[in-house]
Amino acid sequence: MTATPEARVPWDRWDAPAEDWMLSGECPIGTERTLLLELAARILFPTVLVFSLYLLLVGHYGPGGGFSGGLVAGLAFVLRHIAGGRSEGPEIGARVKVRPPVLVGLGLGIAVVTALVPAAFGAPVLSSAKFAFDVPLLGHIEIVTSLALDVGVYLLIVGVVLDLLRSLGSGIERDAREAAAANAGEAA
Amino acid sequence: MNATLLPVLPVLLPLLGAAATVVAGRSAATQRIIGVTVLAAVAAVAAVLLVMADRDGPVVAEIGGWPAPVGIVLVADRISALLLLISTIVTLAVLVYAIDQRIVDYGRRTASTTFHPIFLVLSAGVSLAYLTGDLFSLFVAFEIMLAASYVLITRRTDATRIRSGMTYVIISLASSLLFLTTVALVYAATGTVNLADVATRVAELPTGLQTVLALLVVVTFGIKAAIVPLHFWLPDSYPNAPAPVTALFAGLLTKVGIYALLRTRTLIFPEDHPSTLLLVLAAVTMIVGVLGALAQNDLNRLLSFLLVSHIGFMIFGLAVSDAQGVAGTALYVVHHITVQATLFLVSGLITRRTGTVSIDAMGGLAKRAPLLAVLFAIPALTLAGVPPTSGFVAKLALLQAGADDGPATAIVAGVVILASLLTLYAVMRVWVRVFWGEPKEPLPDPDPHDDLVVGTARTSRPMVVASAALVVVSIAIAVAAGPLSGITSRAGDDLVDRTPYRTAVLGDGGAP
Repeated sequence: MTATPEARVPWDRWDAPAEDWMLSGECPIGTERTLLLELAARILFPTVLVFSLYLLLVGHYGPGGGFSGGLVAGLAFVLRHIAGGRSEGPEIGARVKVRPPVLVGLGLGIAVVTALVPAAFGAPVLSSAKFAFDVPLLGHIEIVTSLALDVGVYLLIVGVVLDLLRSLGSGIERDAREAAAANAGEAA
Repeated sequence: MNATLLPVLPVLLPLLGAAATVVAGRSAATQRIIGVTVLAAVAAVAAVLLVMADRDGPVVAEIGGWPAPVGIVLVADRISALLLLISTIVTLAVLVYAIDQRIVDYGRRTASTTFHPIFLVLSAGVSLAYLTGDLFSLFVAFEIMLAASYVLITRRTDATRIRSGMTYVIISLASSLLFLTTVALVYAATGTVNLADVATRVAELPTGLQTVLALLVVVTFGIKAAIVPLHFWLPDSYPNAPAPVTALFAGLLTKVGIYALLRTRTLIFPEDHPSTLLLVLAAVTMIVGVLGALAQNDLNRLLSFLLVSHIGFMIFGLAVSDAQGVAGTALYVVHHITVQATLFLVSGLITRRTGTVSIDAMGGLAKRAPLLAVLFAIPALTLAGVPPTSGFVAKLALLQAGADDGPATAIVAGVVILASLLTLYAVMRVWVRVFWGEPKEPLPDPDPHDDLVVGTARTSRPMVVASAALVVVSIAIAVAAGPLSGITSRAGDDLVDRTPYRTAVLGDGGAP
C-alpha cells in the first residue's frame, strides 16, 4: 500500500505554501520580475505616502485620521514588498532604516504623552486646544493639538504593518527556504 | 498636580512604559528598570487613590473634559482603588520573578522586544478594567488585557503550549464576542453605556428584558471568571504556561472578571434578596473545583482547580447581595489574588528544583529545601483558611454575611465550610507527598541548552525574594485585617447603596 501524499508530509506542514507567494524569494535580479508591478510601485509609492499624510492632516474635520492615514502608508510599503520583497530582493523592496518596533514604540509614546500634556496646563487628560495661524500662500490654518495623537497613531500603524511584513511576509518565506535547504541537505 | 489626573495614571503610565521598553528593545537592563519603576509608581498612585477614595469619596476623571454620561469617565472608588493596589503589588512581584526566571528573554541572555511591553500593556488593561466607569471602555480594557495575555501564554512555545493557548484564545474570543453583543444590547435598550447612567435607565425597562441582560452579563463575566460550568477552559490552559505567567493570570485575570461581575451586579442589576441562581452556581463551583483538584497529580493543574473552587467563594458573597456579602467578596478577592499568585510562583520554584510538575515524582523536599517548604506551607494554609491567616478572615466575613439570610444561604454557607475543609485536605495531600517522605532524585533538565536550570538546588535569589514578598503581603493582610475589613465593609455599603458612585459620576442628578 502506498502512502497518500498527505501521510508523507508531516501534519504541521500541510498548509505550508507550496511556492513563494511573493517575488521576494530567490529571484536574482533580471529574472521573474514583473516590470509592470515594479514600475507601478515606483510611481505610486510617493503619491500614496503623500495621500496618507493628507488623510492624517484632514482627519480632525473630515474623513481620515491617524489610523486610516497609517493604514494607507502601510499599504504603500506592502506594495513595495509585493513588487520587490524586503531584504534580498532588488532595490524596490520595502526597506526601512528604522526597526519597526521602534516605530511602534515611538507612536505609542507620542500618543500617551499627548494625552498627558494637557494635565500640565491644568486641563483634563486628553483634552485638546486649537491654534489658528495666517500663513502666507496657505491662508488660514487651524491646528488642533489632538493632531499629535493622530501622528502617534499613524506611526504606530505604519510600524505594525512593517513588522507584519517582516515577520509574516519575508519571515515565512525565509523559514520555508531554510526548511527546504535543510531537507535537501538531509537527502544528500 | 490636580486630583483628576490620578485615576488616569495607572492606565497611561504602563502604556508609556510599554512604549519606552519597545524603543529600548536592545537593552535588557533598561527594560527591566523601566518595567519595575513603572509598576512601583502605579502601586504608589493606587495607594494614594485608595486613601483619597476612602476619605473623600470616589475620585472621578473626565477624559477630554467631557462630562458623563456623554464622555468616558474613570472612577476610583474604594473597591476599585483597593483591587488596583493589590493587583499592582502582585504584578510587580511577578515581574521581578519573571525577569529572574528569564522567560523574559527566551532563556537567553539577549533582550527581547516582546515580554516587557506586553507585560506592561496587560497591566494597563487590568488598571483600565478596574477604573473605567463605562461599559464599552470595560470591553476595551478586557480586549487590551486578553490580547496581551495571548502573547504571554504562548511564549517559549512547544506543542503543549500551543494547544492550550488555542483553547484559551478561542474561549476568550467567544466570550469577547458575547460581551460585545451584551454592550450592544444594553446600548440599544438604554441608549447609554455609562455604567451609572445605565443603572438609572435599566430600572425603567420591562422585567423580562432586565432578566435577559442580567443573565447575559453573568454568562459573559462567568466565562472570564471561570464559574462552573463555564470553567472547563481554565485547568486546560493556565497550567501549561510558564510559572510567572500562570501566577499573573490566576491572580488577576479571573479576579477582573469577578470585579466586573461585582460592579455590574451591584450597580446595574441590584437585588434585595439572595440570588438563587448565583447561590447554586457558587455551591457547584466550590464543590466541582475542589473535587477536581483532589483528582489531580499535576501540581499546577491541582492549583488551577483550587482556583476554580475559590471563585465559588467570591460568587457566594455576591449571591448574598447585601452589603455584608459584597464586602466579604471584596475581602476575599484581595486575599485570593495574593495567595493564588504566590502558590503558582512557589510551584514554579518547586518545579525548578525537582524538574517536574508531577506530584508522584516528588518527595522529601522539606529536608532538602526548608525555605521552599515554608514558602509553600504559609500560602497553602492561607488558601485553606486556617486561623489566623488572611484566608480565615475572608472566609469568616463570607460566613457571617451568609448566616442570617434564610435557609438557602445557610446551606451554601455549609458548602463553604465543606469546600474549605476539602481544600485543606487537597493542600495537605500535596504537602505530605511533595515535602515529606523519601527524597527523590530530581528529573533531568528537559532542555539543557537554555539558561533556565531545572532540577538543581540552585535557585536564584530574586525569585525567592519575590515569592517571599507575596507571602509577607498575605500575612500583612491578616495582620491588618481590622482596617482592611473596615475599608471593604465601607466599600460594600457604597456598592449596595449605589448613591456615592452615581452622584460622583453624574452629579446630583444621579441620585436615585
